[in-house]
Amino acid sequence: MTIAQIIFIAISAITVIASILVVASRNLVHAALWLVLSLAGVAVLFVLLQASFLAVVQVVIYIGAIAILIIFAVMLTRRVMRETKPQVNRYWWIGALAALLLFVTLVVILNQVPSAASSVSELPLPEEDLLSMLGTALVDVDGFVLPFEVASVLLLAALIGSLVIARPIKLDAEEGDEA
Amino acid sequence: MIPLSWYLIVAAAIFCIGIYGVLARKNAVGILMGIELMLNAVILNLVAFWRYLTPSLIGGQAFAVIVFAVAASEAAVGLALIISIYRRHSTVVADEINMLKW
Repeated sequence: MTIAQIIFIAISAITVIASILVVASRNLVHAALWLVLSLAGVAVLFVLLQASFLAVVQVVIYIGAIAILIIFAVMLTRRVMRETKPQVNRYWWIGALAALLLFVTLVVILNQVPSAASSVSELPLPEEDLLSMLGTALVDVDGFVLPFEVASVLLLAALIGSLVIARPIKLDAEEGDEA
Repeated sequence: MIPLSWYLIVAAAIFCIGIYGVLARKNAVGILMGIELMLNAVILNLVAFWRYLTPSLIGGQAFAVIVFAVAASEAAVGLALIISIYRRHSTVVADEINMLKW
């Protein structure tokens, strides 16, 4: 067993256990903090995959923005869900069964896919060249400029949409009076 | 070296845990956390396939970047919806959010 394998096993064990605690914690703030640990574990897996840019993006967007946004939402909506009440619905065992079944199916199928056994090859370029290649490809007309722009428009629409959806009720009522 | 299947199995595990969270959680914010876990597993799969099968094509990483953008907008809109529902109906329990039922 090489050092890379030991690191991989340790990191993925931490990630999977943290993910389980995300769905199992009674306290949602704790669940959000476990989510941060799980996302950080995936960021380390990106580093192991030599995708340095994506590891940084994972930390900045997921841990820096999404996890903090979730913690904010938990705190804003805190009073309604007491931790003593059950946190799962009546059919939680069907959900657990479905998840387990899907996992077993996926693992069985993975064992039959030939490319799943492929081992890693050397990167064709040094990592920093790959990074500049990714940057160029995202704004290249022959590359991914169209998906990139669509993603930008999607982000803008989501920004405006969430501002409109989440604005206070009072503003809505005032506009209703004018109409 | 680490075989590709190890990454795929870890990603599958995270994805299935996320599915359980989405199906079983009562709190809408908890459901959203499950969705985030699932999206993260998908990105991990994409990056692992890129690294092992087509490291010379940058498309795999570009696709992962797009998925990041979609995940960010999904989280923003979802949480805005939850906060809006909480303001109007004082609930974040998914079972009680049934205003669209006639």
